[in-house]
Amino acid sequence: MEADAKGHFGVFGGRYVPEALIAALDELDAHFRKAMGDPEFTGEFQRMLRDYAGTPSMLYDATRLSAEAGARILLKREDLNHTGAHKVRNVLGQALLTKRMGKGRVIAETGAGQHGVASATAAAYLDLECVVYMGEVDTERQALNVARMKMLGATVIPVKHGSRTLKDAINEALRDWVTNVDNTHYLLGTAAGPHPFPTMVRDFVSGIGFEAREQCREKTGALPDAVAACIGGGSNAIGLFHAFVPDDSVRIYGFEAGGDGFDTGRHASSITAGQTGVLHGARTYLLQDEDGQTIESHSISAGLDYPAVGPEHAYLNDIGRVTYEPVTDAEAMDAFALLCRTEGIIPAIESAHALAGALRIVPALRADLVREPTIIVNLSGRGDKDMHTAGAYFGLFEKGSTV
Amino acid sequence: MLSLRKDRKLFLPYVTGGVVPQWTDHLLALQDAGADAIEVGLPFSDPMLDGAVVQRASDQAIARGATVDAILADLDRIRGDLRVPLIAFTYTNLVERRGADRFCAMLREHGFGGLILPDLPVDEAGPVLAAAGDLDLVQLAAPATPPDRLERICATSRGFVYAVSVMGVTGERDTLTAEAYGLAGRLKALTDLPVLLGFGISGREQARQAGAVADGVAVGAAVMRRILDGATPADLGTLATEIRAGLDSAQV
Repeated sequence: MEADAKGHFGVFGGRYVPEALIAALDELDAHFRKAMGDPEFTGEFQRMLRDYAGTPSMLYDATRLSAEAGARILLKREDLNHTGAHKVRNVLGQALLTKRMGKGRVIAETGAGQHGVASATAAAYLDLECVVYMGEVDTERQALNVARMKMLGATVIPVKHGSRTLKDAINEALRDWVTNVDNTHYLLGTAAGPHPFPTMVRDFVSGIGFEAREQCREKTGALPDAVAACIGGGSNAIGLFHAFVPDDSVRIYGFEAGGDGFDTGRHASSITAGQTGVLHGARTYLLQDEDGQTIESHSISAGLDYPAVGPEHAYLNDIGRVTYEPVTDAEAMDAFALLCRTEGIIPAIESAHALAGALRIVPALRADLVREPTIIVNLSGRGDKDMHTAGAYFGLFEKGSTV
Repeated sequence: MLSLRKDRKLFLPYVTGGVVPQWTDHLLALQDAGADAIEVGLPFSDPMLDGAVVQRASDQAIARGATVDAILADLDRIRGDLRVPLIAFTYTNLVERRGADRFCAMLREHGFGGLILPDLPVDEAGPVLAAAGDLDLVQLAAPATPPDRLERICATSRGFVYAVSVMGVTGERDTLTAEAYGLAGRLKALTDLPVLLGFGISGREQARQAGAVADGVAVGAAVMRRILDGATPADLGTLATEIRAGLDSAQV
């Protein structure tokens, strides 16, 4: 699905930013388009993805999990990439583009710190100055990731305004960008924001889906019946979905963070529960009150804890091509435990949402197809970073505890 | 429709609606000390173009319960005393939430003459323009805006053209930059509308400098810093008198 020339996916997307950024976004768009048609750029990007990031990631036949699920589950192992998540694909692409534009500084926002660590990694690898904005609340919750970023040479700036979390870090990064746009690229961490970011980030991470599509055909002789991913901003999901959108036989599912449950109001399900709005430079679905003030989202997974969503997802929802549903914290943590015990893989809690959603759709899919379905689940990241959360959730830090 | 004076340089102070209980007293003090119109900020939770002072004012106003309805009700209570036009300054999501037609009609009914949306560039302004009617949708121009866009911005803007004096966010700065002079000059060559400089104007001297190249100034952070620090309406009147004097002494 391609946006129009001004970055609209239907009524979503576009550019809702200060006039001061328009020239920079035009410049970025022009450089991006030219780079993607230049074998020198794409060749170097592919080389970095292969030799440095460790892609293509495996498509793994999770046989013990499949036996439990009643479906053939194929896991796209993005958790095995360098830095432990799909995000490395995006940061390498944007950092390489930054070099090509002749800029020496990147800024990034981060919630739990994963995108901050990935940005700091790419900046170290490509010799760029890196400044990461992180909500003050998050710097306290994620001290280890702050140390990682600093170790990699980045400067971490705590954001003390608003709710002092991810959305405020994005606001602050945008303010920095307006001020330093001459020498700075904003290395946005998800497929959201003003045009061309949603398209650019998607294209940089779309290897997930193109690889998985070929790997599935090699392994099973056919396309999958369904693909599933978790949705926060939505970069891992759009990276998986993009290759499959034209395949009418493939059902596509995005699983949003349902937090404590839909009726509690404490969730991050912006597509299911939000309304159209404008945040961080794009028109999309947004959790907001009656005046249009954003409402703070809630999820056990920091990476999904965002009150909006990338505009292409909003569009794919509206045209009915992708089914979006919430998955609660409790459902995600059950799936988290199940994958640990059946496959010896500790997933990111984000990815556990995708897995939980996939398990939920199996009965209906079986009934519809009248056979065992094949489902690709994007295992977008590894769970080492989440052991503090998981340990507390399952009571592992209590003496004599068992799950 | 904004009717702005043509016989002197224009002073447009900004006040965040609902930032303190008696915020409308500040409006009247600014009017009495020489404001030609007043920008009323309808606070947004995510003000990406605002510096620290206006962010803090927005947070404080929202925490106080300053909804759009509450701000308009406060304004209705002083309507009989207001002689200068009001201009709403807010972000696009507040317009989106109610729908452009309803939002613009509401502002018109409550006596507003203009609307400024700093995150709505001219390319996306169509639906709001269509809904605006007599409400003047003011366009902003930045130092980095290329010439062809400046022409489009001038052709689209109503009421005046807001020249953003720096590449940056709202906030006080010590001097008016060369890029501000340059932008004001380029805009003046393109339009008969008043060209007002904003972002970073904080006192008499900058007002004088700005008045030499532009038709007036918008002043936000300098006002809001004082209100947040507990300034009285009389204190604000002193600031406004200084800026008025700077503008009146400008050598064109």
